[in-house]
Amino acid sequence: MRWTDAVLRGALTFALLPPLSLAVGHARQTQPPSASTPLPPPPPSPSVPSPTPPNVAPRFLVVLDAAHGGDDTGARIADHLLEKDITLSLSARLLSMVSAHGIGVITIRDYDVNLSATSRAEAANRMSAAACILIHATATGSGVHLYTSSLAPTPITRFMPWQTAQSGYVTQSLKLSSEIDSALAHAEIPVTLGRTSLQPMDSLACPAVAVEVAPLAAGSATKAEPLSDAAYQRSILDALTAAIDEWRNDWRQQP
Amino acid sequence: MISRAERILFMGMLIAAVIMAAILIRLRERAQDRLHALQTSTPLAEAVEALPTAVTLLIPNDADNSLQESQRSLPLPHDESARAHVLLETLLESFKEPSSTHPIAGAGGSSSARGLDIDEVFLMPLPQARDGAPNPGKMAVVNFSTAFAQSHPSGIEPETLTLLSIIGTLHANLPAITQVRFLVDGHPRDTLAGHADLTRVYLASSTDSEGGR
Ligand SMILES: [Zn+2]
Repeated sequence: MRWTDAVLRGALTFALLPPLSLAVGHARQTQPPSASTPLPPPPPSPSVPSPTPPNVAPRFLVVLDAAHGGDDTGARIADHLLEKDITLSLSARLLSMVSAHGIGVITIRDYDVNLSATSRAEAANRMSAAACILIHATATGSGVHLYTSSLAPTPITRFMPWQTAQSGYVTQSLKLSSEIDSALAHAEIPVTLGRTSLQPMDSLACPAVAVEVAPLAAGSATKAEPLSDAAYQRSILDALTAAIDEWRNDWRQQP
Repeated sequence: MISRAERILFMGMLIAAVIMAAILIRLRERAQDRLHALQTSTPLAEAVEALPTAVTLLIPNDADNSLQESQRSLPLPHDESARAHVLLETLLESFKEPSSTHPIAGAGGSSSARGLDIDEVFLMPLPQARDGAPNPGKMAVVNFSTAFAQSHPSGIEPETLTLLSIIGTLHANLPAITQVRFLVDGHPRDTLAGHADLTRVYLASSTDSEGGR
């Protein structure tokens, strides 16, 4: 059996040597420079034309978007209170209050369903709306948070990049936000103003403001109210209706 | 018909494969041990060099949507990425204080151990500008832990304030950082907690969040 030893030894040396060096090389390769670091992906290339050219609509139309829905519950406001339900109820009530002023209103979400940011933006952009109000709610902070897009303003062109379509409307969005701010201040509801990057707001081809409703913290002039308080909600909705009414007057005077 | 010699050769190859596997596993273990020793020894070496440095933290306030400057003195390591990491862990730690104006439980709840909110901060040189001029700025990639993102309150205001305070704190102390990107557990994510967009690059050159994608 001596020759089998030779065969085995031969096979062993043949089989062992190259993989060994490979194995060492491999072990070196797996030593990462610091840690396994996935590089951030390249920014998406936004060059999709906006579906609607930003024409001035002949009719004053308001789009209401009740944020979240379906399995996207949004913020948990209280044990049995979810943001998606508050936004839906506020949107439905604002629809009837604004409609009562003879203003055309479109709601993007009418029941508990998960809509993508893209489908919300598509639905809103088809309308050439004079105002797009995105309704949110949170358990953090106090009063109402008004947010407009943090995109830098750009002139409106026929084809706006889809992801930054709002940039053409930022100046108008800021005016709409200040209209809502005045109406809420008139109702003595504390307001904070901010800029942010939020979907689908950055893709909206209309003056757009995100209205985030927070509970009322106790202050020098206010007593604490939970978000679920009916009178508090009513005063916010009244102020929003007044602001939209005022916005319609401004809009009529535009050339 | 398989010959006797072929059978022996096959057996030989099989034995060789088993031995090779054993050697490979052992080599891999040794490589991992070496890597582990390297990783655990590096921060210790850094800690020795760390000197107390005056830093500015931008602390958010949920009540009025503002950022307040707060001066602290921290032992900062020499390496820039490690400095950024220590700065941000200190910032996020302040959110857990009982008197916090921007309360976030963070990873492991309010009594958590330090250093679990941010997995890593990477600094990368920026690509050249279109005119070919070298870009002196850097991009910071902040990698949040999943636990931090999960414990973050949901809302436009709280999420935006967290991002702005991080961007502002980085730029205030490490002015070379002009762009910031965010990941969660090493992966790009749509939002921090349902609102603030994490798919874009944030510009840190100004205190507001204006910038392109
Ligand atoms: Zn929301």
